[in-house]
Amino acid sequence: MRADRRDHGAPALAVSGLTKHFGERIAFEDVTFEIAYGEVFGFLGPNGAGKTTTVRTLGTLIAPSSGTAAVAGIPLAPDNGVKIRRRIAIMPESPGLYDRLSVAENLRCFANLYEVSAPGERIERALRSVRLTDRAHDLCGTLSKGLRQRVALARALLSEPQILFLDEPTSGLDPVARREVHELIATLGRGGVTIFLTTHRLEEAERLCDRVAILNTRLRTIGQPAQLRDRLFAKALTIRTRAALCDPDRVFSDLPAVERWSGDSDGSYLVSISDTEAAAPAITRALVAAGADVLSISESYHSLEDVYLELIDEDTEALRR
Amino acid sequence: MRGLSRRRIRTIIAKELQMYRRTGSIVVTMSIIPLVFLIQPVVSALTTSSAAAVSIRHHHELLYMLAIPALVPSMLAAYAVVGERQQGTLEPLLTTPLRREELILGKALAVLVPAVVLSYLIFAVFLAIVGIFAHPGVPSALIHGSDVLAQVIFTPLIAAWSIWIAMAISTRATDIRVAQQLSVLASLPTIAVTTLIAFNVLHPSLRLAASLGIGLLVLNRVAWRLVSMLFDRERLIVGTRT
Repeated sequence: MRADRRDHGAPALAVSGLTKHFGERIAFEDVTFEIAYGEVFGFLGPNGAGKTTTVRTLGTLIAPSSGTAAVAGIPLAPDNGVKIRRRIAIMPESPGLYDRLSVAENLRCFANLYEVSAPGERIERALRSVRLTDRAHDLCGTLSKGLRQRVALARALLSEPQILFLDEPTSGLDPVARREVHELIATLGRGGVTIFLTTHRLEEAERLCDRVAILNTRLRTIGQPAQLRDRLFAKALTIRTRAALCDPDRVFSDLPAVERWSGDSDGSYLVSISDTEAAAPAITRALVAAGADVLSISESYHSLEDVYLELIDEDTEALRR
Repeated sequence: MRGLSRRRIRTIIAKELQMYRRTGSIVVTMSIIPLVFLIQPVVSALTTSSAAAVSIRHHHELLYMLAIPALVPSMLAAYAVVGERQQGTLEPLLTTPLRREELILGKALAVLVPAVVLSYLIFAVFLAIVGIFAHPGVPSALIHGSDVLAQVIFTPLIAAWSIWIAMAISTRATDIRVAQQLSVLASLPTIAVTTLIAFNVLHPSLRLAASLGIGLLVLNRVAWRLVSMLFDRERLIVGTRT
């Protein structure tokens, strides 16, 4: 796959204040972000958050209500639709294949619509990359959902796009098919293809994406998964001792790296800290000095799901208020 | 045609024709409807005796068969956009560099070509049956050079007009059945005109033929642009008006 890093440092996608209304209903509002060429970018959000509408807007299928964007270096404007669509590919959530045509016939149709040179070679390459060469002559109507997703992915690869939009590519797939699609996306990402991945599978985003954004009509946050965790959650150590400490407040409060702590009567403690590397040895020493039998000390792990739920819960709370 | 890609238009035509070939119900529908319009003129021609041939000299039975290009393509054209939309294949198509004018023209031509070929074929079958089986004197009384010429010229013009109306309905409809029913209804005025001419209620003349021909030619040219304008990507994808 071709790695396009064009325009020397210019972003693959630059979105500023982009908004889409359907009458009174806001699909998404004031969305601003940039994506670099070669980046795998996750776009997360609950159902109805505006993820698909954002993809459709950036893919020139629908017009924004306000705001600006440049897609693959081309300003998002009504006259630039064809130019933009030549440089990108979108894999919609539903594969939308012609069931009465074979896999190869479906791909040939789209290769010709993209006016690719040597369509036969491109089709072969796309089929190889999704490992479907042996199913080229099967009618699409006879394929399983996982195979259909792979055909749709092959179709999106035909034009060797600068930006590949994948809208919920693993929706409705079984774990095996999902893993196959993950592997394909990871391979494409390693190959330098810029990928814009919308999903509500957080483990998928965490595993595949360089950066993620969380959208809930408005953009709630953006960054690397680890950064988001650090930004939203204090670092903490989870400690287990054989018996409860006699005076835990004296043990933890005297340590400068400890910000606060909580615990229960069975010897489990959660200690918020500023710096893991400084705090963990000091806490271990203090516990031993206090005569505690330490069973374990581990850093508390907050998943991207925790970040996501925290932000979405905040929105839900704000709405209730 | 400036700025339009012939390759993309050809691709849409090829894809549509491939789909027709693989959809038995389309082939059956396209074949049966024209046969219905063949029955009346054939029966009329074969039951006319040589003595009565003089009385049908002023009939234009052949023009009755212009109902075939009016009706046959409307069913297929009505499916063109709303069908893709309901099957979920429209959105992937629209993500490609395909322009709406190319999509509309490709789909229209893919309906026009088989509809015209079929209409000519049925017409040829009628001429052959009359020529072989009708009583002496009937073929020469029934088949006028001007009617044959009118059939040849008006078949593609009427078919194209019928296609544009049906495609206009298809771009706005949300249900395939509704689109097909409305399209058949919309083709009835054309059928009414050809039938009135066939039964001598409207008297055909060179002037009427020229006016209708030029009118249809202009309308067909304008209709392509109008239908393309009706093709609203946003409305078709999200079901909301822009």
